[in-house]
Amino acid sequence: MQRYILIRLIQSVFTLIGVSIIVFSLARLSGNPLDVLLPDEADDETFERISELWGLNDPWYIQYFTFVKNASRGEFGPSFKWQGRTAMELVFLHLPATLQLAGFSILVSVVLAVPIGVMSAVKKGTLLDTVGKLIALLGQSLPSFWLAIVMIWIFAVKLGWFPTSGRGGFDHMILPGIALGWFSVASFMRLTRSSMLNVLDSEYIKLARIKGLPEWKVIWKHGLKNAAIPPLTVFGAIVVGQMTGSVTIETVFAWPGIGLLALQAVNARDYQVIQAVTMFISVLFIGMNLLIDILYAYIDPRVRFT
Amino acid sequence: MATEGNVLELPKESSWYSPSKLKHYIGVAIKDYPVLWLTILFVVLIFPALTAPWTAPHDPLKQELSKRLTAPVWSTGSEDKPPSWSNIFGTDKQGRDILSRVMHGSRISLMVSLSALAIGGTLGTTLGLVSGYFGGWVDHLIMRIVDVFLSLPLILMALVIVAVFGPSFWTAIGVISVLLWSRYARQIRAEVLAIKQMDFIARARVSGASNTRIIIKHVFPNITNTLIVLATLQVGTVILLEATLSFLGAGIPRPNPAWGVMVADGRDHIASAWWIAVMPGIAIMLTVLSMNMMGDWLRDKLDPKLRQV
Repeated sequence: MQRYILIRLIQSVFTLIGVSIIVFSLARLSGNPLDVLLPDEADDETFERISELWGLNDPWYIQYFTFVKNASRGEFGPSFKWQGRTAMELVFLHLPATLQLAGFSILVSVVLAVPIGVMSAVKKGTLLDTVGKLIALLGQSLPSFWLAIVMIWIFAVKLGWFPTSGRGGFDHMILPGIALGWFSVASFMRLTRSSMLNVLDSEYIKLARIKGLPEWKVIWKHGLKNAAIPPLTVFGAIVVGQMTGSVTIETVFAWPGIGLLALQAVNARDYQVIQAVTMFISVLFIGMNLLIDILYAYIDPRVRFT
Repeated sequence: MATEGNVLELPKESSWYSPSKLKHYIGVAIKDYPVLWLTILFVVLIFPALTAPWTAPHDPLKQELSKRLTAPVWSTGSEDKPPSWSNIFGTDKQGRDILSRVMHGSRISLMVSLSALAIGGTLGTTLGLVSGYFGGWVDHLIMRIVDVFLSLPLILMALVIVAVFGPSFWTAIGVISVLLWSRYARQIRAEVLAIKQMDFIARARVSGASNTRIIIKHVFPNITNTLIVLATLQVGTVILLEATLSFLGAGIPRPNPAWGVMVADGRDHIASAWWIAVMPGIAIMLTVLSMNMMGDWLRDKLDPKLRQV
């Protein structure tokens, strides 16, 4: 077990190094950041001085090491679009909004996907199962940004039930939450269904039935509990998927999270903020995967030896 | 008179909308009926993509300000701008014909997705083959690179790349292929690992075949089914990705009639002119839906191993 954890840990570090190289070089590919940052009337001397100060004259590998050193402390430098704030500050400032939205949309997808998934496994081959399949197919084919706009049109503009955009009370959260969660409903539901089908075939479910337990207890307690492992493993991927998917949804709903921050930073060529956001999400993703792999290896010992 | 109770009850003629019948129809439509998705695919994607320059009723870029924001033909429209058969799906803010733009949009979607799949798929397959077949440090190196690409936030990275290189048709294809290859590499590698253990590979090696020959002649033919299924299932993802990027202004640049761009254009007019955003969205949905159905169908036919995924 320790060996497995160690190997996965080393792999994660390598992944992290790879990600940092890409993030670092992308910002450098766009040329000298000072061309954008300094006003046009700045003379060559100022240019030189600031280049020296920021280490822009150093060879690229020294610049890369400085970047890694600072990044590991969460320092990505000051934002130039949002004056007076550092890039990391901005990420943390926008994080609560994104977490709130992601949390709600995960709730939406779990509440929708788990019961439908379980029931379509139990009633395999019935109308309910077919409708479930239809929902899954639709979930994977509807573009989320389009769904968001259509929902705004119908529920906010025509019916006036919910506000069209912005962050506020609970009613602000419903439309973006559904638009964001819709996509993961499909994958979550399919996984729950296939995992539940496997479990329902097992001996201990037969035993539970023979023992005379009521059917709902067999399914929801004994069945779902055991069927929950595979869906849980994709849970991490879904959580991070929500955070990246939030770029589109947050743009459509003007939701002040890190997705919107990232888009604004890209449009303003604010590379410090872009680097901070990208590294932050990647680290979250890598960490989440590591955690889930270790948890999985703990639950299912076969994983450790492959 | 008294026989009434003894008569064997015949099964009632079940009506067409009974749950079991309904289920049968839906099931047939989804699964056992490739005609449905083939029709959608042909009408929405293939026919317009191939023939748009000749069959589209208008020039997709031609602005006719006198006809701006005309409603689709089936709606009531307004007093001063009655809907007309000349613009079946209505017109947008600049008076451009929506139907013609949607038709030309199919062309863009198909071209972007096929090019990106060709580039990303070839790269990913090659690396997956090499990684799985040779193993060792080559495998480790390639798989770590795959890990890196899988843990980058896709859309965000695409936005940054486009911000650096500027939006264009080829940037969009490049970005999507760069983001796509890692999935191929991982899947193909897993497949190759299993094939490598087979007896016929050992025999080929014993008879003196070179590594290149074994990979091309013996391993590759055994992964083609997986490849076809993977590619089909990816077309939908790629079209969605392209549409999302175009919607965010990082895909196909204006004034090209890409579906994502059209939805973005219609976003501000959703309250007054819903058709601008809704029509291209339906085109995206139908295309992706039919591609996914086709992928599922092909998977069941060609590759039973993938079925449970």
